[in-house]
Amino acid sequence: MAIIEQDTTNPGFKWIGTRPIRPDGYEKVTGKARFGADMMLPGQLEGAVLRSPHAHARIVSIDTSEAETMPGVKAIVTGADFPDLKEAGAGAADVDLAVNIIARDKVLYEGHVVAAVAADTRKQAQAASKAIKVDYEVLPHVLTVDQAMAPGAPILHPGTRTKNVEPAPEEDSNVVSRVVQQLGDIDAGLAAADVIVERTFTTKPVHQGYIEPHAAVADALPSGRVHVWCSSQGHFAMRTMTSTVLGCDPTRIKVTPAEIGGGFGGKLVIYLEPLAARLSQKTGRPVRIVMNRDEVFKGTGPASGTKITVKIGATNDGKLTACKSELFYEAGAFAGSPVGAATMTMIAPYQFENLLLEGYDVLVNKPKVAAYRAPGAPMAAYAVESVIDEICQKIGMDPIELRLKNASVEGSQAAYGPKFPKIGYVETLEAIKNHPNYQIPLGPNQGRGVASGFWFNAGMNSSATVHLNEDGNVTVVVGSPDIGGSRASMALMAAETFGIDVARVQPFIGDTETVGFNDVTGGSRTTLATGQAVTEACEKVKADLMARAAKTWNCDVSEVEWVDGQVQKLDGSEPPLSMAKLARGWGRTGGPVSATASLNARGVGSAFSTQVCDVEVDPETGVVRVLRYLTAQDAGRAIHPSYVEGQFQGGVVQGIGWALNEEYVHTEKGTMDNPSFLDYRIPVASDLPMIDTIIVEVPNPGHPWGVRGVGEVGIVPPLAAVANAVSNATGCRLTDLPMSPMRVLDALNQKSNGGNGH
Amino acid sequence: MIRVHFGQALRDLTGGLADVEVEASTVRELFRTLDTRFPGIGERLEHGTSVAINGEIIADAVYEALPADAEVHFLPTLAGG
Repeated sequence: MAIIEQDTTNPGFKWIGTRPIRPDGYEKVTGKARFGADMMLPGQLEGAVLRSPHAHARIVSIDTSEAETMPGVKAIVTGADFPDLKEAGAGAADVDLAVNIIARDKVLYEGHVVAAVAADTRKQAQAASKAIKVDYEVLPHVLTVDQAMAPGAPILHPGTRTKNVEPAPEEDSNVVSRVVQQLGDIDAGLAAADVIVERTFTTKPVHQGYIEPHAAVADALPSGRVHVWCSSQGHFAMRTMTSTVLGCDPTRIKVTPAEIGGGFGGKLVIYLEPLAARLSQKTGRPVRIVMNRDEVFKGTGPASGTKITVKIGATNDGKLTACKSELFYEAGAFAGSPVGAATMTMIAPYQFENLLLEGYDVLVNKPKVAAYRAPGAPMAAYAVESVIDEICQKIGMDPIELRLKNASVEGSQAAYGPKFPKIGYVETLEAIKNHPNYQIPLGPNQGRGVASGFWFNAGMNSSATVHLNEDGNVTVVVGSPDIGGSRASMALMAAETFGIDVARVQPFIGDTETVGFNDVTGGSRTTLATGQAVTEACEKVKADLMARAAKTWNCDVSEVEWVDGQVQKLDGSEPPLSMAKLARGWGRTGGPVSATASLNARGVGSAFSTQVCDVEVDPETGVVRVLRYLTAQDAGRAIHPSYVEGQFQGGVVQGIGWALNEEYVHTEKGTMDNPSFLDYRIPVASDLPMIDTIIVEVPNPGHPWGVRGVGEVGIVPPLAAVANAVSNATGCRLTDLPMSPMRVLDALNQKSNGGNGH
Repeated sequence: MIRVHFGQALRDLTGGLADVEVEASTVRELFRTLDTRFPGIGERLEHGTSVAINGEIIADAVYEALPADAEVHFLPTLAGG
């Protein structure tokens, strides 16, 4: 592990950059922390959900009469128990949200909710859910973008016409929209190339694979309000979405965040909360619903399956001249794949003067996709970075050298339009190039792969409140769920601002009524944006305490200064006043001290990562073993380096799983064939080497501490880094993920039979 | 003058124009000016669009001031994971 600081003006922090134990650590390792499923209220009922066994079917009728009479059953809800938002004139996104929670006239994927039951025990609820009689008219389904776009394909949502195509289509389609990024002259750019590589890549849907299944508890109160406990990436967003589906004002609902056992984008959306709330409203008792793993796979959003064609031209001396690409992303059963983000990020590391990138959002009979770390970017980077690797092979150029020759720098124009502000991409390339891993000799059947990636940082809305306690210690209340160590980061930023020991800062995540509004923990934004709010609130408390000290000393505030957690008189005529002393005297100076800061964060940075992977391929079995893995990422400023490294490593490991093993396997009937961690194989510790990290620090000039978001971009390069390593080990370019032993063996056999192994 | 760049998704409203120069001191004024010239574009920009001002991407930018000679791009509002 290493930190490479590119900032020569590092002011020498006392707390930022240190590695204290996370404030939530003790409770988590001792089992005291309360996750979504741990909530238990007096009189609580247990819920179970009935899901569609079909990929696409019309609901002819639902008969709950027998189930209602079963032992312990207290209530059953179906789509009829929720408002028809389409009829109410809601926008398409809200209508889709509501219909995804519980089906109305059609089920659109296996696992689509049809009904939910509340009973005294979970077993009773499950038994009753199975006794609900649903008469389906099974409809033909589509599972891939090719099937969905084929002539005569069954249409998921009649009336859908592809947006942003000319001429305007006159027929319904499963292609919801087209997005285009265009610069320069693509034909001239390709004509200027000495070498052109064009390939088509496919990837399967993969799940975020969080260990904690979704869980929600709802308690409908006599006042008509509903209290919800759930683990999510944003309890304010859960409140908004739940109220939309229930048809009430958001402030009729209070959401208390539970600890979260992994989200990675998949817990930005609701699934169970409205069901539990409506069941609670019907029974007058609290209701808990907890998914099992089968339900998580079938009923929640994976990342898109994709089909991407990339054509890149380059000169023999390694100058990239043009990039043309068509991207088709599965949206699942409702519009909204991240194909737009894919087109905006896929060539961001490079200065292409000529490009034409066309993306299509395609409906298929699978769960609606959800965000997954840098949503949309890893699959597109897999395609681009693989083609660039092949260009390097063709022209005999080192992959780092080619990237350095074409690297985006401050002032380069991104594919999506604006010029980059200060960025640290070149520094990640140099860090990899200069690391010993990049020079280690490789043996037989071994290969090395390099890839880079880009992802945006989001700003958005954050609030924080800082309280001075009577002992002079500080409580920091934020509304951003902590999915990666953000409480530790908030405490460190507060400690640095006050100049006090971080142990004196207690961070806390408030519910929707305890702290001001916060957008979700997503978009790599929390340390950046909520950190700004915490810093501002701390500065307000400092200013207040300095004014109170001046009042105590009967002097002007300009005659005092803040030094290491206490206020000093500039002329030294009084002993310093510590925060504890000022707290003890707050009754005389104006009362308790606290401050709130709410902001729409500015100064958002950009994140780049470069990674190198060494693999060994077993030619007998096709098994790919990762020997070494090194990632270098620009963190701007690592507030807590251990948790920054953890984000880097987590992204890489998930990307390795995506590259080598993970995929949704479907039967011809459109049902998932591997909905368990036994058959859907995520990497475990014994599969992996240590993921080596280099934290590059090119401070973000727009942030008070120089922070860039670090949570997402780490997953962008691994698909290609592993694929490029496999290609260099075997001479086979695998264009279909995952590179499971079967696919690797197929490629090796093709090659040995005289094919090219593609 | 503010240099405004239009992505492909807006060019159906600009008659295919990729960029224009206009006078405006705030993003809101820019939206109104553009809407006068390209009817309908103002409403589209008001909803679901982030604005990049001299490279800095800002969500909900409608009340932002525009520096003289600013370069402006419009981007869809993005979700992260």
